[in-house]
Amino acid sequence: MYVIGELINGMFSNVKKAIQEKDGQIIQELAKAQEQAGAWALDVNVGPASRDAVGAMLWLVENIRKVSDIPVAIDNAKWDIMQEVIPQVPGEKIINSSKADEDLLDKYVPLAAVNNASLIGLTLDQAGVPNDVDKRVELAAAILTKCAEHGLDVGKLFIDPIILPINVAPQQADNVLCSLEQMKMLHDPAPHFLLGLSNLSQNCANRSLINRVYLAMARGSGLDAAIMDPLDSELMDVAITTDLLCGATIYCDSFLEAARSK
Amino acid sequence: MAVPDIKEKWSATINTVTIGATSEQGGTRSSTVSVGGAGGLGALSFEGPLGNRPAIAVEVWDSGGESLPAALREVYGDSLNSAADWAKKAVEFGAELICLKLQGTHPDGGDRSAQQACDDVKAVLGAVGVPLIVWGSGVHDKDNEVLPRFCHVASGENCIVGTITEKNYRTLVAACLADKHKILAESPLDINIAKQVNILASDVGFALENIVIFPTTASLGYGLEYVYSIMERCRLAALTGDKLLQQPVLCNVGFEAWRAKEARGSDEEVPGFGPAQKRGPLWEATTATNLFQSGADIFVMRHPQAIKMLNESLDEYYGPRES
Repeated sequence: MYVIGELINGMFSNVKKAIQEKDGQIIQELAKAQEQAGAWALDVNVGPASRDAVGAMLWLVENIRKVSDIPVAIDNAKWDIMQEVIPQVPGEKIINSSKADEDLLDKYVPLAAVNNASLIGLTLDQAGVPNDVDKRVELAAAILTKCAEHGLDVGKLFIDPIILPINVAPQQADNVLCSLEQMKMLHDPAPHFLLGLSNLSQNCANRSLINRVYLAMARGSGLDAAIMDPLDSELMDVAITTDLLCGATIYCDSFLEAARSK
Repeated sequence: MAVPDIKEKWSATINTVTIGATSEQGGTRSSTVSVGGAGGLGALSFEGPLGNRPAIAVEVWDSGGESLPAALREVYGDSLNSAADWAKKAVEFGAELICLKLQGTHPDGGDRSAQQACDDVKAVLGAVGVPLIVWGSGVHDKDNEVLPRFCHVASGENCIVGTITEKNYRTLVAACLADKHKILAESPLDINIAKQVNILASDVGFALENIVIFPTTASLGYGLEYVYSIMERCRLAALTGDKLLQQPVLCNVGFEAWRAKEARGSDEEVPGFGPAQKRGPLWEATTATNLFQSGADIFVMRHPQAIKMLNESLDEYYGPRES
């Protein structure tokens, strides 16, 4: 499971305070803690913490790079900001994210290809999040087509079929599972499939339990990446165990420790 | 229609491990040996780099050479009476490493003392310039008494010392850490346990880059297909990024081949099998070349003819051996 740690986000009060007070120590500690817990990459989102989104994003990346060289996922919905930040990010990087509208893909996919970045493509267009399975699959196919057209290696593509909170959109969790089953047939080799897992349990009770169970279910349908909290050790245990049960890793008695020591 | 490209792409390689140390490196060896480094399945040079040419170690015992099959006793002659002379003979036969087995330290096999083992090791180090693999009796308590002493005597020589197992690793890991040796990690042809031994050693501070895997194997005719599938799974996991299985692999070929009746049986014992002098080496060489394709990095061999045949096979992949 390609775990992208979600904790460096200006929506969290500690990160917001760090951005506003330029306290790099907090960011560095969050980066180290998530990497040590087994994260493969780190999501970076300025959120509402600063008016200078580009400056704040680059400051976050600069602090992460002082302690970690794993990929950073630059998380911002605005093209102008993404376009300016991506070429300045040292090391491996992921564009988070592009919607599936043709005009947007024609900008984001080349940005990824030119900068040797990975790309998260959302199965979401100007009409919003699809209410059904078919539209998700159709948009995934559109994203794959654009990657072929612009020369982005499919191994660098993460397709996100968009999960919504279970208390708000009860049918969507199952729609996502069904669309994963179909999307993985679209291309061989398949791209990565990713979810912003925590969104599933927004404002719910037993959040960690909901996230854990769904992560295992989605893995069974073809999910292989998630933006999630790597410091939730029970959730990480599930991620590691799904790797084992899908044959992605080799068992040993200390398989949990082995996965974390990667 | 174009022929589809079915080559696999791998994201990782087998660790490169160097054995031995010259005087500039703090040892007394005249040469060192590097193994590992492959970036694809064994012998599939089109998928990734083949890495270093696998190394040939030749087995030498501290005592008991008289129990070897006749075909081996004939070629080694009187040298079998002394580990140092045996080692010299082994180098003549093409050994790049000496694999000194301290089987005489086994409580039921002579119960030689730690001091005697250290003397044997010193004698071999003095007699030959190639690096050493030193292998205990496999009896945990005795190994824990003998091997740390040896490690200290050979400090700086950068030997491979073995074996550690899931049940017995702390003492030897500490000794190898202190005296800077590599470790041979044993598992009973079980990839799960191979991985577990490595993480246990790693947990007590031993670098994964200094470990060589000894999976235990078999000889031709005695389950080599199963050995292949286990070694292949190990290599596949390594190539896809499992750092706990990226260690080079040592195979104890001579030991396995020469306990098969097809190799060790005399012409009288197994009439119709062909002459023993030819049959034994052929059994050993065939076992070795199969294990090469499974992904072996170090072969522990016995018969000079088998060594010659194995080298000829390896030449096909790596070109003539540098001497």
